[in-house]
Amino acid sequence: MSARAGAGKAVTMGERPARERVRDFSEVDCGLSAEEAVAEAERCLQCKKPSCIKGCPVEIDIPLFIARIAERDFLGAARIIKEANLLPAVCGRVCPQEVQCEGACILGGKERPVRIGDLERFVADREREQGLVIPPVAEPTGKRVAVVGSGPAGLTAAAELARAGHNVTVFESLHEPGGVLMYGIPSFRLPKDVVQAEIDQLRGMGVEILTNHLAGASIPVADLHAYDAVFIGTGAGLPFFMNIPGEQLNGVYSANEFLTRVNLMHADRFPEYDTPVRHAGRVVVVGGGNVAMDAARVARRLGARVTLVYRRREEDLPARRAEVIRAQQEGVEFELCANPVRILGSHFVTGVECVRMEMCSLDDSGRPEPSPLKGSNFTIDADMVIQAIGQGPNPLLIRKIEGITYGRKGNILVDEEGRSSLEKVFAAGDVATGAATVILAMGGAKKAARAIDRMLREDQRDH
Amino acid sequence: MYRVIEAGQLADRIFQIWVEAPHVARHALAGQFLVIRIDEHGERIPLTVSAVSGDLVRIIFMAVGKTTHQLSTLKAGDFIRDVAGPLGRPSEIGMFGTCVVVGGGAGIASCPIIARAARAAGNHVIGIIGARNAGFLILEDEMREACDDLFVATDDGSRGFHGFAADVLKEVIEGRKVDCVWIIGPAIMMKVTSEVTRPKGIRTFVSLNPIMVDGTGMCGSCRVQVGGETKFACVDGPEFNAHEVDFDLLMQRQRTYFDEEKASLERYHERACRCGEGGHHG
Ligand SMILES: Cc1cc2nc3c(=O)[nH]c(=O)nc-3n(C[C@H](O)[C@H](O)[C@H](O)COP(=O)(O)OP(=O)(O)OC[C@H]3O[C@@H](n4cnc5c(N)ncnc54)[C@H](O)[C@@H]3O)c2cc1C
Ligand SMILES: Cc1cc2nc3c(=O)[nH]c(=O)nc-3n(C[C@H](O)[C@H](O)[C@H](O)COP(=O)(O)OP(=O)(O)OC[C@H]3O[C@@H](n4cnc5c(N)ncnc54)[C@H](O)[C@@H]3O)c2cc1C
Ligand code: SF4
Ligand code: SF4
Ligand code: FES
Repeated sequence: MSARAGAGKAVTMGERPARERVRDFSEVDCGLSAEEAVAEAERCLQCKKPSCIKGCPVEIDIPLFIARIAERDFLGAARIIKEANLLPAVCGRVCPQEVQCEGACILGGKERPVRIGDLERFVADREREQGLVIPPVAEPTGKRVAVVGSGPAGLTAAAELARAGHNVTVFESLHEPGGVLMYGIPSFRLPKDVVQAEIDQLRGMGVEILTNHLAGASIPVADLHAYDAVFIGTGAGLPFFMNIPGEQLNGVYSANEFLTRVNLMHADRFPEYDTPVRHAGRVVVVGGGNVAMDAARVARRLGARVTLVYRRREEDLPARRAEVIRAQQEGVEFELCANPVRILGSHFVTGVECVRMEMCSLDDSGRPEPSPLKGSNFTIDADMVIQAIGQGPNPLLIRKIEGITYGRKGNILVDEEGRSSLEKVFAAGDVATGAATVILAMGGAKKAARAIDRMLREDQRDH
Repeated sequence: MYRVIEAGQLADRIFQIWVEAPHVARHALAGQFLVIRIDEHGERIPLTVSAVSGDLVRIIFMAVGKTTHQLSTLKAGDFIRDVAGPLGRPSEIGMFGTCVVVGGGAGIASCPIIARAARAAGNHVIGIIGARNAGFLILEDEMREACDDLFVATDDGSRGFHGFAADVLKEVIEGRKVDCVWIIGPAIMMKVTSEVTRPKGIRTFVSLNPIMVDGTGMCGSCRVQVGGETKFACVDGPEFNAHEVDFDLLMQRQRTYFDEEKASLERYHERACRCGEGGHHG
């Protein structure tokens, strides 16, 4: 599996066989060996005008860190990455590299792009094995910043601001920091100790993380305004439901609930852990994005037969291709061009009634518009239904901040640099963009942090 | 980590804990709740903020399953791993005129704080507390102090009026004009008792107790039907217009994990026994 790849040939990360991995929650990808990493690093052309960097929202100096790997200076590579990104082990694993850095790599046109994400992960894992080095922070400025939410956006903003010498307090309503990294993305894609280790660096930099603190309640809005600046990174955690009959039956979950029970509360290890999750023989997952794939693959690992129902065609699945393939390998069945119309059962779910969808004209985004085929109804037996049809910003805090403007979908309206309609209040990540990606949240947060830093420094000069 | 300052038993299977949680205590209002997780392996469970004093919050709970049984073994000086809150919308307290606050069983825990708030807003407040028998009755003195009048009822007549809180409520609203009623207790008690005020169209609130996980609106586990619409009890409630609530659905959803809960409690008791009698208590 870890056979050395010939120079100039792309290497693939080792992957545990589906039959084995579907029985546990350990990582699917095995990562690169040192030899593989060096060989892959040697493929990089060290472009004078590296296009890859433009594809990275946090602007990692990609050729430079890759050059260090080629020299076998793995810790040096880690240092370079961490100047731009405090969560490399996370990003290396979950960034949609194919549309980010790797999508922009010049080698993509000819053969295959350099596997930047795998290399980033390799370096980060290497550093972690030896003990993470806490990045240096600037002289204290005496300015206080409140960061709300500890997902990728909040963590990135906190790191940047701490680096610049500001006094940062993070408020997180859950009992663990990390946002979707902890409660959403399953450990077989992103082990939780990896996330925790990267978050611990922040504490080392002097950032205070207050868990169990719901901003707008445990810390009222007026108290937030007392800080020199406020960064809001509360994400898009509000789950949507389909609003079809039967949705209230026992055994119908939002993907958020299902994944939170398993990932954050460890319901897969009930009763060793106290939080239960239904043990279902047959699960129907509704949706076609990354969240749906994760829910389906988790359900498989809990031992269920899983059918994923999506209303468009396979090529329209919004999930990352690699995750779709892995889900298929793991035995998730796909019922495409179908849509649930009713959930069946009396107290508990017994099945889902679906209707076939026909692809007709194109919609605004250029994708085919599905419309139900009359009389094509059919039933799938199920004792659990998981809805993964999207989520929006949680209105809880936003509605309490007087004067902040938000869009129709509840997302805070911000400019290029994360400024909201209120002075000193910034926002980035899913709460501003709607559900997007880890790296876009981090990119936005970094820009906002820079703008906050500039504002605070001007402030300081004025006084 | 949140320190338990005081812990004790109030009645049969009903316990109270004063826990130090400044972020909750300083901002909690009547009708709100918190979420606790006892330890690393614990479940997140919601409990009403039943009183506040300085940086301390009081919770009162009935030992029904694994988590509440374990909670009942905590003593002063122990710690609760997580306390999050205050959560949910506060009670809608207005100047209504005459209010009645009805509590059943462990639900009485929520009553004094509401009664006090309603009285502070200028209302005449009548309290009704009911329990299966005298052994299950809690907070009688506190309610007597918080209300202008207090009625006590037990199912078996072992204390106060012989009958249900609903029977007392019926008499109260026959006897005088009542403008607003809170009913807090087990779902079946809220369902039955709120029927009493329906014919007269009296504004009636109930505090719903569906199964929750986060308590902040991100999972949808707590969804309930009110007036034909889906609501998340943790952020849209927990208090709702009683006459619009689908109580049967609430009760159905409360039973989602019946088998798992039973297994978990049995396992807990078994382990407690193996540690020697009262191993978890002493
Ligand atoms: C199952 C799943 C799988 C995904 N897979 C991928 C993937 O593979 N790759 C990828 O790039 N993206 C993926 N995403 C999307 C990605 O996780 C999000 O875009 C990203 O996490 C957004 O970051 P954020 O910091 O804006 O918000 P979040 O990660 O949602 O964090 C927000 C945090 O704020 C907290 N919070 C909310 N309100 C308050 C409040 N009032 N007070 C205090 N705290 C509050 C929340 O508890 C949460 O911890 C996935 C998402 C899900 C749900
Ligand atoms: C807003 C709110 C406020 C509450 N306030 C109080 C209170 O002040 N005092 C009190 O005694 N009880 C209160 N409850 C109920 C309390 O949360 C449950 O009794 C407790 O969770 C039971 O946990 P367990 O492990 O001991 O029992 P289990 O054996 O797990 O469950 C027993 C029953 O409790 C309910 N339950 C289980 N898990 C949860 C959960 N995570 N969330 C909610 N309900 C659950 C279920 O209906 C279940 O059938 C409140 C519930 C809500 C929603
Ligand atoms: S952070 Fe993401 S986009 Fe940037 S280099 Fe790493 S994998 Fe690529
Ligand atoms: S574009 Fe590709 S080849 Fe060029 S420097 Fe970046 S990673 Fe290397
Ligand atoms: S408890 Fe999760 S949304 Fe209410």
